[in-house]
Parts: sequence; C-alpha cells; structure tokens
Amino acid sequence: MIRVTNLYKTFGSQAVLKGVNLDLETGQITTIIGGSGCGKTVLLKHLNALLLPDRGSIAVDGTDITRLGDSALNEIRRKFGVLFQGAALLDSMSIYDNVAFPLREKTKLTENQIREKVEERLEQVGLAGMGFKHPAEVSGGMKKRAGLARALVMEPEIVLFDEPTTGLDPLLGKSIHELIRKVHATFKFTGVIVSHDIPEVFKISDRVAMLANGVIAEVASTEVFVASRNPIVHQFIAGETEGPMAVL
Amino acid sequence: MYFHITAISPKNTGKNFRCLVVNDFATQNIYGPYLKIERLFYNSLILVARLATTQFMISLISQIGHATLGHLTAMGRMFVFLLSAFAWAFRPPLRIRLIVHHIRSIGVDSLSVVVLSGIFTGMVMGLQGYYSLRKFNAESFLGSAVALSLLRELGPVLSAFMVTGRTGSAMAAEISSMKVTEQIDALYSMAINPVQYLASPRIIAGLLSMPLLTAIFDVVGIYGAYLVGVGLLGVSSGSYFAGMESSVVFQDVWSGLLKSISFGLIITWVCCYKGFNAPLSATGVGQATTESVVLCFVLILVWDYFMTSIML
Repeated sequence: MIRVTNLYKTFGSQAVLKGVNLDLETGQITTIIGGSGCGKTVLLKHLNALLLPDRGSIAVDGTDITRLGDSALNEIRRKFGVLFQGAALLDSMSIYDNVAFPLREKTKLTENQIREKVEERLEQVGLAGMGFKHPAEVSGGMKKRAGLARALVMEPEIVLFDEPTTGLDPLLGKSIHELIRKVHATFKFTGVIVSHDIPEVFKISDRVAMLANGVIAEVASTEVFVASRNPIVHQFIAGETEGPMAVL
Repeated sequence: MYFHITAISPKNTGKNFRCLVVNDFATQNIYGPYLKIERLFYNSLILVARLATTQFMISLISQIGHATLGHLTAMGRMFVFLLSAFAWAFRPPLRIRLIVHHIRSIGVDSLSVVVLSGIFTGMVMGLQGYYSLRKFNAESFLGSAVALSLLRELGPVLSAFMVTGRTGSAMAAEISSMKVTEQIDALYSMAINPVQYLASPRIIAGLLSMPLLTAIFDVVGIYGAYLVGVGLLGVSSGSYFAGMESSVVFQDVWSGLLKSISFGLIITWVCCYKGFNAPLSATGVGQATTESVVLCFVLILVWDYFMTSIML
C-alpha cells in the first residue's frame, strides 16, 4: 500500500501540491484525473521518489521513501515499474535490449533466461518478433507497448502509468487500456494511472481520485466517483467550462 | 546696490550658465519669483538625478551580486557533479564495457578529424616556421620549433578543440535529449544511477583517450611540417630531426600529455554536466550543446594558461 500524507511541492513561486492526502490500495488500479497542469504527473513522480516533496510523506509498505538514502531508495524502486508518457525507451538500444536492460542490470540471470523473459513480455504486449527494431523505427503505440513490457519485466509490485494513451488515436488508446487490464489480471500489481482519457480509463480503474487546486478533491471507487455530486468532479467529467474549476 | 545672481537656464541645464546681473532692487523684485522657481526646478533635478544614480547603483550592485552568486552556485554544482561521477566510477558494477564503448566514441571516432587537423596544422607550421626562421638564417631549427610548439602547446589544445567539436557536443546533445525525453528519469526508476551509467564511463574514457589522440596529433603534425619543410622548401632532413632531438626533452612530451589528460577531463565533465542540467524545453538540447562547447573552449584556454605557467 502507498500512503501519501500532507504532500506539498512548490516549483519557484508556483505551489503545485498543497497538502495531498491519498491512499493507494494494494492490488487495485487507482486513476488520478485532473485538469492540465494541475500536478498529476508531479504527484506520480513523488510516488517512487523521482521528485522529493517540500513537506509531507510517502509511505510505501510502511517505509517513508522521502527520508531514504540512495541504496535504500534503490531497493524500494525495484518494487516499481514505470510507463512514462513518451515511453522513455533508451534511444541507443533496440526494443529487445530496452526490455532486457533492467534484467541485465539488476539480476544475475543468464542471457538465455533473459531472452526467455523478454520474449514472453514482448509477446504479452503484442510485440513478438519486433524486438530488433529501435525506438525511432516504431510508432507511438508500439513505443508505449515496449515501455509497458520494460515496466513489467521485473514483475514489479507497483506500476505507475503516466498518461498511457496521450498522443494515441482512440483505437490505439483503447488497445493500451485493454493491455493494462490484461496484464493487471495476470500480475495483480498495484496500479496508478494518470490520465485525461475520460471515460475510457474508468473501465480499467478500481478507484478514481481527482486532483484539483493542489489537493485531492474526491477519491472513491469508480462507480461512486462517476455518480459524485461534488461540483468539481461533475464539471470535469461533464467537460463543462462553467463551474467551480477555472478554465483558462 | 548690485546683486549678482547666477542661475541655470531651463533650456541649458548642464554646461552653459547664464549670468543674470540684476542691478537694482526693483529688477530683483521682478525676477525674484522666476528665479525661485528656476532654483526649485534645478534643485529638484539634482535630487532626482541623485536618487536615480543611487537606485541605478543599487540595482547594478544587486545584479552583479546576483550574477556572481549564480556563477558560484553553478561552479559548486559542477564540482559536486564531478566528485559524484568519480565516486560512482569506483562503485560496482564497474562498467568496463561502457568505458570501452566511449573510448571508441571519443577516441577512435575522432581519429580522422584529429589526423586531418594535425597534418594541416603541421604543414602550416612548416611554412610559417620556414618563413620566420629564414630571416635569421636559422632554417635548420625548423624541426625544433615545430616539435616544441606542437608537443607543449598546439597538440594538446587543438586536439582538445577537435574532440570538443566532434564528440563533446554530441555527448551534451545525447544526454540533454535523454533528460528532455525522461530517459534519465527512466534510469532512476529502474534503480540505476544515471551519473554512474552515463557520466562516469565517459569521463574515464575521456581521461584515457585524450592523451592518445594528442600523441597522434603531435606525430602527424611533425610529419606534416616535415613534408612542407623538407619536401617542398628544401630544409635538410637530417637537420630537421637532429634539431628536434637536441632541443626536445622528456618534460616537453609529458607536459603536453598532462595537459591533454586535463583537457579530456574538462571536455567530458562539462559536456556531461550541461547535458544533465539542460532546460526541459524544446530548445533545451540546443542550448546545452552550445553552452557546453563554448564553456569547453574557454576552460581549455584558461586552464592551458595556468598549466603552462606552472610547468614552464
């Protein structure tokens, strides 16, 4: 379980997170929604200490990761897999090497065992036989799939998805959601998705949290969230320009 | 009764003073209010000018202080980055394969440009040296002049410039591009330290490659000058090499190689640091690349001066 308590983050003079409190339940997929630039990705990057807060704590299975040194932090990070917005595949390597990279760096598996695991993951994300290609040679959807394969190859307990369908057409977006649902059913990881893709993302979410004005405005199970009477939630889901949320 | 009153004309407030000579009481009474207004205006001008000057000075000092603090902070961060890169270089896993890869990238891939610039630098030195030495009937010293200049100064500096342009810029561009596209964040998230993975092997490779490239530059340059001096201008081959042998001592060779090692450190250190600290914007990669190349050139020249003054 991840528990975010009273999290504050400021960049220069801009306060992005102003006391975020959020519990992310083990084995469930929690989706964080909110307006553009409201701090969703900033919050996500705090969960595995890619960013450190000005104040507040993030407890991963009871350990406050904001106070850890390099070695202890690296141990905690091994529990995480991350699918970045642009997939963040290493340009200098083929897709196969990208997926194999965490195994080569962090395990003592032989090259044959690594090949077996990588090919299995590539097949699960629909990229069987495409491992020899470089990231520059494949489409955005394929990059996301390769990024997902890399995020899952170490069989992490927690997977963070930063806008997994941004920049993809609706069909590709839907296929990525399907893929997340399928791999979640297989690996039972704790998932955190940051997304704008409403209402599609609700289909794969157990819980939804809404970030607005630097705090969690609402968090509930997907069914309860969709029926919420919170005016901010209602305005955002309905896509209305008039309401308590300022639209620039 | 005479009154001598000096005032500044509103139209000529600076250099030319208009002297009003008022020779009777009545006239003074007529001009009195005008003179008071003029004096008030003049005093106000002085006050405003003083205030403006004070404000300008405060602003100037503040800006200088701000810039100085900014530069000192940046220097501090650069040194911390370097120490961190060295500390990570000796922590397992030792990335020998990556070091070899970067030796190929910095050393082998820069070889052609270093050889080309070395041979033409030598040929130009052969021409210029012959022209200058002929005035003193000292053409036989061409070999000494060329070898000392190349070994002590031109070899290390020019080969460092070539490597900065050829490899340093690519290094800064690659790392900054990785930062902009979140690849560095991806390394962190896989529990891999990006400084250890990206910077340390490049710095070690730079330290090992630069003296070898400089040695090649020196040798090629000496033969370039030989080609022109002996082959085209008729200097005796024996005197070319004999002069070189008699004047060049081992200190000349190692001082040049020591310089090249430090230049290798400067190039890889600056380019990696600039790459890691590129702004997260579309222009970030270009900015990091330009800044790293300019800073390398400046630091190479400044550091060259200090090393030369110490080793002479």
